[in-house]
Amino acid sequence: MSQLYDISLRISYEYAHPAGASRTLLRMLPRALPGQELLAGAVSADPAPSWRRDGVDFFGNPTCEMAHDMALSEIAFSFAGRVRRARPVAGLDLSGGLADLAQDLAACRSIGPESPHHFLGASPRLPAAPEIAAFARQALPQGVSVRAAVEAISHRLNTEFAFDPEATEVTTTAIEAFRARRGVCQDISHVMITALRALGIPAGYVSGFLRTLPPEGQPRLEGADAMHAWVRAWCGAETGWIEIDPTNDMLAGADHVTVAYGRDYSDVAPTRGSLRSEGSHVTTHRVDVVPV
Amino acid sequence: MGAETKRPLPETVAQFLQGYSPPPGVADELLRPDGKLRPAWQPLIRHLAAQSAETRARAFARGDQYLHDTGVYFRQHTGEGSTERNWPLNHVPVVISGKEWAQLSEGIVQRAELLERVMADLYGPGDLVRQGYLPADLVARNPEWLRPIVGVQPRSGHFLHFLAFEIGRSPDGSWLVLGDRTQAPSGAGFALENRMATSRVFHDLFPKANVERLAGFFRSFRDALIGLRADDGSRVAILTPGQHTDTYYEHAYIARYLGFMLLECEDLAVRNGQLKVRTVAGDEPVSVLWRRLDSRFADPLELDESSALGTPGMVSALRAGAITMVNCLGSGALESRALMAFLPRICQALTGEALKLPNIATWWCGQPTERAYVRDNLHRMLIGPAQSTKLPFDIDAGTALGGRFRGSAHGSVSDWLEREGETLVGQEAVTLSTTPAMVGERLVPRPMVVRVFAARTPQGWTVMPGGYARIGRTGDPTALAMQAGGSVADVWITSDAPVARETLAPRDKGPFLRRQPGILPARAADNLFWLGRYVERAENGVRQIRAYHLRLEDYGPDALPLVESLARFLAGYGLDPSEEPVPPGLLQLFDVSRGCAAKVRDRFSTDGWTALSDLAATAREVAEGCHPGDDAARAMSLLLRRIAGFSGLVHENMFRFLGWRFLTVGRALERADQMAAFLAAFTGRTTPQGGLDLAVEVGDSLMTHRRRYSVETSRETVIDLLALDAGNPRALLFQLDVLMAEEARLRPAGGTGLPEAARRILLLRTALAVASPEEITAERLRGFRADLAAISHALTAQYLS
Repeated sequence: MSQLYDISLRISYEYAHPAGASRTLLRMLPRALPGQELLAGAVSADPAPSWRRDGVDFFGNPTCEMAHDMALSEIAFSFAGRVRRARPVAGLDLSGGLADLAQDLAACRSIGPESPHHFLGASPRLPAAPEIAAFARQALPQGVSVRAAVEAISHRLNTEFAFDPEATEVTTTAIEAFRARRGVCQDISHVMITALRALGIPAGYVSGFLRTLPPEGQPRLEGADAMHAWVRAWCGAETGWIEIDPTNDMLAGADHVTVAYGRDYSDVAPTRGSLRSEGSHVTTHRVDVVPV
Repeated sequence: MGAETKRPLPETVAQFLQGYSPPPGVADELLRPDGKLRPAWQPLIRHLAAQSAETRARAFARGDQYLHDTGVYFRQHTGEGSTERNWPLNHVPVVISGKEWAQLSEGIVQRAELLERVMADLYGPGDLVRQGYLPADLVARNPEWLRPIVGVQPRSGHFLHFLAFEIGRSPDGSWLVLGDRTQAPSGAGFALENRMATSRVFHDLFPKANVERLAGFFRSFRDALIGLRADDGSRVAILTPGQHTDTYYEHAYIARYLGFMLLECEDLAVRNGQLKVRTVAGDEPVSVLWRRLDSRFADPLELDESSALGTPGMVSALRAGAITMVNCLGSGALESRALMAFLPRICQALTGEALKLPNIATWWCGQPTERAYVRDNLHRMLIGPAQSTKLPFDIDAGTALGGRFRGSAHGSVSDWLEREGETLVGQEAVTLSTTPAMVGERLVPRPMVVRVFAARTPQGWTVMPGGYARIGRTGDPTALAMQAGGSVADVWITSDAPVARETLAPRDKGPFLRRQPGILPARAADNLFWLGRYVERAENGVRQIRAYHLRLEDYGPDALPLVESLARFLAGYGLDPSEEPVPPGLLQLFDVSRGCAAKVRDRFSTDGWTALSDLAATAREVAEGCHPGDDAARAMSLLLRRIAGFSGLVHENMFRFLGWRFLTVGRALERADQMAAFLAAFTGRTTPQGGLDLAVEVGDSLMTHRRRYSVETSRETVIDLLALDAGNPRALLFQLDVLMAEEARLRPAGGTGLPEAARRILLLRTALAVASPEEITAERLRGFRADLAAISHALTAQYLS
């Protein structure tokens, strides 16, 4: 069973005062993964860049560097393409307990991109947070498997957090969102990653797309009007990585299309730019994920 | 020296050393364990012992004078920011015999090569982790292990080119590495300055003391850097975080010494995959960067996103092989304390040899066996953060020494080890050797570490024959840092035979080669332009304030409306002399002038810098307790003479390079604007009586006026002399001639059409050249000021941004 999607993403900026030359690093192209295939599609900019180079970053995400040598008052970056997503089979939970996890980790001698070791310590946007650690320990059921622990934290956060796009911004820290118990997918994911790491469970950030309109008879999922974010957690050598969406309290499935993996938002931001501008600017995001 | 060491030591030496007693169980640099003077130290100690206290004080003062004159400083950080402080030189150098040094150097070279291989693996195949020589967790948690650099193949074939090592001597007399400095090691330039100062202290002893010279090391490294350039006329530059960093003085000093450009990230841009420096003549390629900026700040696109210091695209350029970085980004990963726990085994595995120069014994507490060992030997351990790059002795609140926390209560150390073991290391609390420091009339033993430097050349690593010693203020080895009141010293490596005099000049006499023409980064030009403007503004302020006080003295505050209107005019510039005789605004003008020069110290002569610093200091001194009237007028005259001294240096001694032109353009623009403003205010119809004479006085043209017109001042004579006379260096027209000539020289050759700035200068110059004094009304003068502002904007847009 698989599902085809036509996906478009457009992020545009308007500047009050035309700014000087700029350089942008984009992570907008869905990555090729087991169960996910990019059939056609490309990243582009309007106006077209003066220089461009496509590549792959440390974690294997497709990147696109662009330079615009002219001053621009408007610029838009877009992805449009078609993706085939297989419906993942939710297997049985064969993961061990937290104690086994530590042994599995010690036995994992790798610093390659898939190594869980990258996802244990603090990362640029996610310093250790004792408050969130205490919450995690308190929310952790006794004696359960790693995967059950991950699901329990997701469920708990989903219950306590109010989805509120007005409450936070892209720069809101995990601890601010945690204290307010409000935010969007980025915030809930950041809090959950911090919580899992505090328990010794390697956890990372996934950016991607969510189907815009639900299949008939099912409710619309939260977060479908912009790029989405969820969490991946390492449940031991046997189980490996699982992906879970705390905003919707569900395992990531056929409705989720992955763009990039990272330790936190800073590793996967769809645009990272260096535009020198004076005065205000306006950003607009538009996402469409249409099943075909 | 061989013969000299056999001579019996005179009685003065014994007297001089009386009371010098190193603590028990500690190695001492000066004395052997049996209490005898080490041979390498004998010439120095004989020399010191033979001096009278007065002679010695004079000698030490020579060194201090040198440091003061060259303006060496360090930044002292306090609760409320930081200030520049005098350089704390310990006048007695550390002496190490050449034979011992040769052995030490072998260990340094081996370690440098080992670190290169470790870095190549960490940013390449990752075999050390895969084969169990390094824990994956330790690498992954290292904040300086920069994932975007993984996979980079350095264009030069090497990641590391310039390294430093902090070494110390343990009680058994052997040397230990206490810390590896791989990120962007500082201190080599300071070592040179310490040498300059110390060789002045011992100006009679030094030339015959067979001390190895340092210049050869710098020459080899300079030539190596030049050899790393791409074959496209590109340049070598030194990248600094800027003047607010602790070691900016050194960056500027090294740049001047080696003849490389000193750049900040904002000078650089990546275009079409190439790294370019923005200069006043457009973009120029740079292909070798000696990086003095920490890696993670170098590129906000791929590294620390919050960095305001970085150049977007730097990582991309590095990855594409467009630049060689010295050292490659990511090299800071090798500085982590915890790595030292694994280096001995790694060395054995990679080279089949043991470390020739061991590092301080280190245990990573993320491993159960090591953790248990540290716990069981707490009394002789320093326990601190595993990923810290600080020396074991640079202790803060998060460190435990001998099982006790330095900071507040943390609970028990063994709980701490269990809970956070993977973030902690234990390091053996060795006691550092002591070296003599002069305290009053006596030598006293003080703990010491030495920073040694290694540079990669086409022939392999070379070790600087000398170093940068840091000496504790007290016997406490945790107070070595300058911030904690420690001092620094030169390190003499002495040879048994006379040593060759070295200079930076090439060793082989080849054909004469003119260096690449100098280029001027736009930011440096901007600072020189504003330096010119501020100094001129200050000079005008001083003249006007003097004129005010002279009239105040002669007529009293209420006698003349002119005194009041002059005060009002000055108040418009924030220089109201009626509130304080030397207005604080004037002191600020000197400070900002000095601030502009501080940002371009690599392009500024030591004399020019000293003159400017003196100016700012003198202004502050005379402002203290100054009285209105005659007293203040005399103070202003003194300042004027000092300013004339600075201007003389600029005019007579500065090479007419591009930077000089920007300074000159800035001065001419400001002088023209000041004159136009003053004439508009004091030659109008409503100006109080005496305004015309005032203008002539402030315009420094009393004599000329008297000679030329031999009449009382009239509006026409004053305007003629101060606005329209092309021969009067204070006149408006004269400034426009300067602007026209200098702007024409700034323009790149072969350009067509007249740039905006040139067009505006020509228009204004023509207007002044054809005007008659009657036409120059106050309104016209205000119009000139607007024209001058437009010229300033056009120049800025064209050359300075």
